[in-house]
Amino acid sequence: MAVFALIPLIPLIGFLINGLGFKNIPKSAIPIVAVGAPLLSFVLVIYTFLNFDSSQPQVVQFFEWITVSDFKVDFSFQIDQLSLVMLLFITGVGTLIHIYSIGYMVHDEGYGKFMSYLNLFLFSMIILVIGGNYLLMFIGWEGVGLCSYLLIGFWNQNENYSNAARKAFIMNRIGDLGFLVGIFLIIQNFGTLEFTQVFSQAGKFQSGDTVILAITLSLFIGAMGKSAQIPLFTWLPDAMAGPTPVSALIHAATMVTSGIYMVVRSNVLYSLSPFTLEFIGWIGLATALLGATIGLFQNDIKKVLAYSTVSQLGYMFIAIGVMAYSSGLFHVITHAFFKALLFLGAGSVIHAMGGEQDIRKMGGLWSKIKITAITFLIGTIAISGFPPFAGFFSKDEILAHVFEHNKIMWALAVLGSLMTSFYMFRLFFVTFKGQFRGTSEQEHHLHESPGSMTLPLIVLAVLSAIGGFIGMPEVFHFPHLLNSYLAPIFEGSKALVPNFGEVAISHSTEWILMVVSVGVAIVGLFSAYFIFGKNGSVPESDMEISGIKKVVYHKYYIDELYNSVFVKPIEKISTFLGSVFDSKIIDGIVNSIGNIVVLISEKIRVIQVGTTRIYVLFMTLGIILILSLGLIPQILDSMKVVFK
Amino acid sequence: MLTLLLFLIPLIGGLLILNLKSQKSAGMFSVLVSVLQILLFAYILINFDNPDFQSNLNFDHKWLADFDIRFHLGFDGLSLLMVGLTVFISAIVLYFTSTMNYGKLSMFSALILFTESALLGLFLAKDIFVFYFFFELALIPVYFMANIWGGKNASANTFKMFIYTVFGSLFMLIGFVFLYMRGQSADINTLKETVALLPDGLKTFLFWGFLLAFAIKMPIFPVHTWQPAVYTESPTPVSMLLSGLLSKMGVYGLIRILIPFGYTGVKEFGIIVIVLGIIGLIYGSIIAINQKEIKKIIAYSSFAHMGLMAAGVLTMSTAGIQGAIFQMIAHGINVVGLFYISKIIYEKTQSRELSGMGGLAKNAPKLAVIFMIILLGSIALPLTNGFIGEFLLLKSVFDYLPFLGIVAGLSIIFGAVYMLRVYQKSMFEYPGFDELKDIENKHLWVLVTLALMILIMGIMPNTILEISQSFTENLIQLK
Repeated sequence: MAVFALIPLIPLIGFLINGLGFKNIPKSAIPIVAVGAPLLSFVLVIYTFLNFDSSQPQVVQFFEWITVSDFKVDFSFQIDQLSLVMLLFITGVGTLIHIYSIGYMVHDEGYGKFMSYLNLFLFSMIILVIGGNYLLMFIGWEGVGLCSYLLIGFWNQNENYSNAARKAFIMNRIGDLGFLVGIFLIIQNFGTLEFTQVFSQAGKFQSGDTVILAITLSLFIGAMGKSAQIPLFTWLPDAMAGPTPVSALIHAATMVTSGIYMVVRSNVLYSLSPFTLEFIGWIGLATALLGATIGLFQNDIKKVLAYSTVSQLGYMFIAIGVMAYSSGLFHVITHAFFKALLFLGAGSVIHAMGGEQDIRKMGGLWSKIKITAITFLIGTIAISGFPPFAGFFSKDEILAHVFEHNKIMWALAVLGSLMTSFYMFRLFFVTFKGQFRGTSEQEHHLHESPGSMTLPLIVLAVLSAIGGFIGMPEVFHFPHLLNSYLAPIFEGSKALVPNFGEVAISHSTEWILMVVSVGVAIVGLFSAYFIFGKNGSVPESDMEISGIKKVVYHKYYIDELYNSVFVKPIEKISTFLGSVFDSKIIDGIVNSIGNIVVLISEKIRVIQVGTTRIYVLFMTLGIILILSLGLIPQILDSMKVVFK
Repeated sequence: MLTLLLFLIPLIGGLLILNLKSQKSAGMFSVLVSVLQILLFAYILINFDNPDFQSNLNFDHKWLADFDIRFHLGFDGLSLLMVGLTVFISAIVLYFTSTMNYGKLSMFSALILFTESALLGLFLAKDIFVFYFFFELALIPVYFMANIWGGKNASANTFKMFIYTVFGSLFMLIGFVFLYMRGQSADINTLKETVALLPDGLKTFLFWGFLLAFAIKMPIFPVHTWQPAVYTESPTPVSMLLSGLLSKMGVYGLIRILIPFGYTGVKEFGIIVIVLGIIGLIYGSIIAINQKEIKKIIAYSSFAHMGLMAAGVLTMSTAGIQGAIFQMIAHGINVVGLFYISKIIYEKTQSRELSGMGGLAKNAPKLAVIFMIILLGSIALPLTNGFIGEFLLLKSVFDYLPFLGIVAGLSIIFGAVYMLRVYQKSMFEYPGFDELKDIENKHLWVLVTLALMILIMGIMPNTILEISQSFTENLIQLK
């Protein structure tokens, strides 16, 4: 029991140690605390994982958190297959990124502060997935949002970075309102927020019930914010303002997948609402394509990866939309491996280039930073969907489910895969192949990153290469480890939905689908090679971009749209209400009533003593005096009683 | 007797402190009084549930004997919490005032203590005329403080506030007189029985009369326009008292007087007040987005929070009333913390406007951390006190009418917009103050205490919710 409590508590303690004393702690002690905390948590998670063999979730209730009459929210943790899988990769990948950060941030003056924020993030993320009810999840949910804010704006003296941080927090808060509304609806209809109790009552609703529809849609709005889906995705690319380990940990591997976690956690409710699922599927698809198209033309190494993340998150939601929850989760895991790898690799490149992020000013890095380059290539292969790398299995599984559900959706999703392969190899070729295009100073400075940074790259590269074997397709006659492990989580959905989780496509179709996905990955690879790899050509400069390409390059001007539709009008309204409506109109009315009274009183006053203010003051003082005079003898009396 | 003592200590302390000439001894003495009050309160709090102790908590003495008006003070769960808030916030305001050079400290401290005394009288009142008496009295010392130590426009602004609130309470007084004449008693508990016998017209009048008095005091939309200017122009201790404590007189009045004596009106017209409260919530939040002065942003934010509290109370649900009670305490702490921070920033930058600040986090990291925690409390992040209050209040409004709940929920977005803007413009961006020193220890420990309370209340809200639980449940029984 106590072990569960320690899993989040240790990073919290790490945060407090480094956070409260970051100016006083010796620099050598900072990494011991900062990396020790997640590592210890990771060990505890493994221990729990190995000792957990129950088909029922284990719920530990610590204390009653909020009690108002018969409404009660416990501070409780829930350990089951889903939270364990999440915990494993959160603490595992988290530990690697902490190690990497030591090398990446050691020269920064806010080193201790940075490491402590990472610990705080891990604490919040663990609470998010370990919480036993929706409100506990909400603690983690807003907690990771706060950490994301603090870390995006880590170099907060830069106004743009601070703005990016604020934008992320506010967009997430828009989603959080949806989450909160979902919570209110669950309380109204289930009388509790505890997962076990809510899900066991779900059977009393018919499929398509409007209550469930409202709940699932509201919760999904929360997921849209956190997992950067249309229309709430624009904060994620801006979030790249944070130091690169942050992008890897928070804005790729863990936090942004919490929307998927939340929906999978509530899978019983979602399975009851086919409309919501369909909606999620199409939102996911639209986001996947939007992210991929923007990714085609970006030239900032982190921006490409950011749009790729938006796009991959879209794929996870497509999976959910076709009720392939465990496939969505599978992709969450493999994506955590290869996207963390790619971001950390990008960080290593940026580190080597002395802060440069524009790939047009890189090139030819293959021989200069060998470990980074090779691991980055592995990540690129994995995300593009080449077998037997991790991304192939998870993406293929999603596509198979989509094919069965809707052929058009499938075709569009395959198109997205093609673009993924293209923009990733474009990124790879432009960065690592061809001639070096930086300054001679940069060329001189070029060096491979320290061991603390390359070690996590290597581990993640291995995981990106073999991580997919936890979920082999049926045609290979290997057990699907992840699916069978997660099976208890979907018992509820299984009971409510006939044929849940079964793919009714023949082996031959499955082979064809696989060949198609590999085929588009190859097409993507070769087109990138012929355009950028073969003769080392470089994407054009910002000036030369024109036409439809310019629109895509500028992210379809969505930021500008939001700015003119929401931000500017609200600011205008704010100014109008503040300096005109409130002070001139409402207060004006109040003042004129006052003036009229004064005028009347001036006409009728007989004794000319002075102004109205004196009248009112004396009137009030008079009332109080009358009451006081009655009081004083009584107080004196009672004093006699007291002191007798 | 303890109740009377609690009420008399600041009164007598204030009278004594007036005679102290030196700044230092006035400061020391006010701290002494605060400590005494806190100890006394702690003693009462610890023994509160002890049945043998109850007799100590009641003070009932004839006052205007000919009219059967009694000077009756007493405790229940709600009073206990309000008294705790008053004692705690007054202590902070006294300490704060003594560390800042406002001049004429003995007089300033005395007036703060008089205010405290009047507030305690109000929160303990068991008799409608005692209630009215202190409701009015509390404003007098504040009026003088704002006038003597305030900025150039303070005098006119406070006078407007004064007239405005006196005007409102006049209707309450008339209501009380009606009640008294009908019920032949001025005792709040006794009078509750007679309400049911009143004619409908009178009930409606009582509702609107009481509402007006409390609405102006809080204030809620649209009778709020005295507030932003007063909060901004008054010296900071006065802003703290007004926002942290005096505004709570209005909420307290809604719960203590309006619900029991105007409950037919609440059922009939409650929706109007809830809508007005939510209009104020959104309206105030939107205005706060583009303000230039920190104090004005705090003022509008405070006004916005008041609207939600009013809406929650008027839903007449346990969540709404418990939420409002909790939020009174949470908001009291947070808003005082915010004004405290604003004054410290002013001392360091000599600027009241955001444009004159920036980059303070670089040289003042402790200030930045404390400010962040208080900010998180006021934007209602989970595990802070603000979340508990807002969650319960929003839930109550949502249960009342989902549409209104969603509109009210927009405030959690706007709240983040304006508060993070303040934080960014003051703490982040270009460092313009290389010589800046971090927050002094004499302020740090007070603010750390506030920050800890914000977190403790957020983690263990039940310690507070429990205290007023039975009070609230009894109140709801009225339905």
